[in-house]
Amino acid sequence: MTEPAKSKTIRVTVDGIEYTRDVEARTLLVRFIREALNHTGTHFGCDTGHCGSCSVIVDGKVVKSCMVLAVQADGADIETVEGLANPDGSLHPIQQAFSQYHALQCGFCTPGVLMAAKYLLETNPHPNEEEIRRGIKGNLCRCTGYVNIVRAIQSLANEEEVRV
Amino acid sequence: MSQTLTEDKVSIKTWSGQSIPRKEDGRLVKGQGRFADDIRRHHEAHVYLLRSPYGHARIRAVDVSAAEAAPGVIATLTGAEVHFLQKPFMQIAPLPGGYIEDYCLAVDKVRFMGEPVVAVLAETAEAARDAADLVEVDYEPLPALITGEDALKDDGPVLHGKVGSNVVWHGLYDWGSIDEAKRKADKIVKIDRLHFHRFTSTPIECNAAVVEYYPGSEEYTIWCNNTMPQFAAMFMGPALGIPTDRMHFITQDIGGSFGNKITNYVYIAICAILAKKSGRPVRWTEYRTDHILGGSHGNERTFLDIEVPVKNDGTILGIDARAIDDCGAYPRYEPLGSVIWSQVVPGAYQFRNVRVDYTQVVTNKCPVGPNRGYSRLQHLWMLERVIDIVAHELNLDAVAIRKQNYIQPEQMPYETPNGCVYDSGDYPRCLDLALDLIHYDHWRQRQRELSGTGKLIGIGIGSTLDSGTNNFGQARIINHDLPFSGNGEVSNVKLDLYGEVVVTIGTTPQGQGHETTAAQVVADLLGLHPDQVRVLIGHDNGRNVYTGFSGTYASQFAVTGLGAVRGAALKLKNEIELLAAGIFGAAPDAIELVDGTARVKGKAEMAIPFIGLANIVFANNATIPDGLDVSLNCTYTYRPSFKIPDVERKFGNLTLTYATQIHACVIEVDEATGETKILEYGAADDSGTLIHPQIVEGQVHGAAGLGIGAALYEALEYDAEGQMISPNFYAYKAVTAVDVPMIKTAAIESPSPFSPNGAKGMGEGGGAPLHAICSALQDVMYQRTRAIVSDSYNPAERVYRLLRQSETANRGVHVIENRA
Ligand code: FES
Ligand code: FES
Repeated sequence: MTEPAKSKTIRVTVDGIEYTRDVEARTLLVRFIREALNHTGTHFGCDTGHCGSCSVIVDGKVVKSCMVLAVQADGADIETVEGLANPDGSLHPIQQAFSQYHALQCGFCTPGVLMAAKYLLETNPHPNEEEIRRGIKGNLCRCTGYVNIVRAIQSLANEEEVRV
Repeated sequence: MSQTLTEDKVSIKTWSGQSIPRKEDGRLVKGQGRFADDIRRHHEAHVYLLRSPYGHARIRAVDVSAAEAAPGVIATLTGAEVHFLQKPFMQIAPLPGGYIEDYCLAVDKVRFMGEPVVAVLAETAEAARDAADLVEVDYEPLPALITGEDALKDDGPVLHGKVGSNVVWHGLYDWGSIDEAKRKADKIVKIDRLHFHRFTSTPIECNAAVVEYYPGSEEYTIWCNNTMPQFAAMFMGPALGIPTDRMHFITQDIGGSFGNKITNYVYIAICAILAKKSGRPVRWTEYRTDHILGGSHGNERTFLDIEVPVKNDGTILGIDARAIDDCGAYPRYEPLGSVIWSQVVPGAYQFRNVRVDYTQVVTNKCPVGPNRGYSRLQHLWMLERVIDIVAHELNLDAVAIRKQNYIQPEQMPYETPNGCVYDSGDYPRCLDLALDLIHYDHWRQRQRELSGTGKLIGIGIGSTLDSGTNNFGQARIINHDLPFSGNGEVSNVKLDLYGEVVVTIGTTPQGQGHETTAAQVVADLLGLHPDQVRVLIGHDNGRNVYTGFSGTYASQFAVTGLGAVRGAALKLKNEIELLAAGIFGAAPDAIELVDGTARVKGKAEMAIPFIGLANIVFANNATIPDGLDVSLNCTYTYRPSFKIPDVERKFGNLTLTYATQIHACVIEVDEATGETKILEYGAADDSGTLIHPQIVEGQVHGAAGLGIGAALYEALEYDAEGQMISPNFYAYKAVTAVDVPMIKTAAIESPSPFSPNGAKGMGEGGGAPLHAICSALQDVMYQRTRAIVSDSYNPAERVYRLLRQSETANRGVHVIENRA
């Protein structure tokens, strides 16, 4: 029997750019994004998959990147907070709403909350308050009491046509 | 004509007072913040800390040889080496509490689960962690001390042998005459025991640091998220033998602190030792589990033998109690909490006779540190419990008893029994606002209608004061020899080469929006848009201005930080006016600053933009008007006026401002499960003059969210052996979006007569949700078993038990008729 591979070459697309890298088999996707690619916009806040600050969208689904191995993401298309704004630097409507409604204070949870909110609005464009709260339940924020996060998402949920 | 219009607009519209979009948001929503773990240094190495699995144990032997031989390992560090390389950190307590020896790694004994024992430095974080598995530590487990009450028993373990007991500090606070009050009272309400539990704000960003040592200048550069860097320097410098000017702290974006990051200097010290030892930049980021095990907890406090003399009409005459505060294994910031509570001795109330016999002890638990509402929330919680219990035992209305005993607005400024001065406020009005927010009358009505149906509704109130801008002189009440007093912050406001306006402050914001509010203040004074003001955030004692107090803690930025910014901007304004006056041959008071230009009032053609002024001073100074000495680089230190307290009487003004937070809530309790659901939650806030109402409201939301979490879901609990039961987010149920309701807010503004801008420090919230929810639960219990809500933590299982407490059980409350 052959030994299982300790490392592997993977190819991923992150925010529209393709990367090919050798990774140790045990490397978590969040560490790959932060350390190997140096994309520090995605954060790391716990070691148990609870805080959600590492949330990214992998092939259209929101995922906690600390709960996935980098090798599992081989071939995937990954969206992070760093790719959210428009190419000219202007803000995505979700980013705009978060600023307008003061839905962030320290901003540490924000990258993950934004990705969770984006996914929520993509899959349910008009969520009610309860659905919003359930949608971001996996994202802990210690600063805002969630009040303005919910309001910011509500402001987009109420729009007729949401561009997400 | 258009001139006058502009002037009117300027005088009417100030940036201060408006909720403009925050300057920090632009980068934070794009993931472009720079947090401590985002710092990368060439050739960096990574630390892993091996921690104690025991609550209390002797370290018999440590063997790091296998770890040192592991691939990628650069160095290890053990307690034995630290004992040699480090002097114990300074202790704030006087002797014998001051005999406690605290090192960055455990030396011969571990005193809490999670205490770091060995540090491993390796090429990668993974290699360091792997190698730590190879370290052999031989422990001899010792009996653990888990409660503050047990720590005072004669036959239990003593944590720090040299101290001779587990007492860190003891003091008797005695103001007015409680004995006379007891004689005059109609009744005395006795409460056996109230317990304020241990929890933490646990910010989503854990502690982190990157430390680099330059042998050439013997300087340590410390990128970190410590929120009171000069306090850290004060501990690290003497312990490590480093002059404080060789410790260059740099903070940038910080992912929350709530006070918890003040004491991470212990970990930074490990990194500093390893940086010098290895010659490599050393990077350390705490894991969440390590943060909950060994970061910083909130103080746990037990109140015993509470006696409350009252009149039949509900007038409360005073409080007599014993308090045992449990600070965990090492005091660190403590025992400062043993005096800080006395900033709010009577809370919002008028009684003037208070005696508190206060003892702080060590236990085999994680060291505490400041935690949102620090040391005041425990005391305020006890007061609010007393108010509700007295109200119910005497069959008085919980709203009426508060209004009757509140300090009234016409009594402001009000001197408390211990010499603190409440600056302004209107507590009855805030209470009315909070009650309106929750539709009080409606719910009282519903409560009556539902009585007997099995549906349990409770209504609760939490009245708190958020004391801000400490007088550090209060530390002398703890230790007469401490050379601290007053407070202050410093700011520099300057024109840069091309006329850009640049502001620096020594603070360490973690979401409080300092960049925005500082820009608002400067924009108003210099006639600019806030976008034209650059504020360099973070503490950088290598480059920026700072004082020993610099940092972001204890609700003070709106007063000290903005006071400093205002002073520096006024100085710069004055220099600009002098310079422009010299250029145009006008009087300085004829100059006005509009839209980045200095001009002679009414003479549009006599104007010079800031870039022109900067050019004259920085690059063209042969043209400076004769006799003018201006730098366009202005620094101002704001110092509130404080005196040294009378340490014998424990008397004096301990804080400058007092914001008010009065919360009210409606809850429904599920009879079958004990689960509490919040139906309405309202918070009325009075933070004086508001600079940015939305930021202030955000602080109110945040403090309410954390408080609701602490009241119902979050507790740091240990078993009898000192094993922590909740060391990660599996077990530590950090409050989520589905646990909190939409918090409704209302605000009034009672300007502070003492602060430079009428603002009050705020943000801590005084733990108001703990008080309000306990109050509502008490309201429920009085409809049923009359059980007393005696703990600040009330998860479903505790509520369930209280609902089923036997009617004949000892409730822990006695009302004694005074027949004297
Ligand atoms: S870091 Fe992934 S959930 Fe916390
Ligand atoms: S904004 Fe600080 S944790 Fe959410």
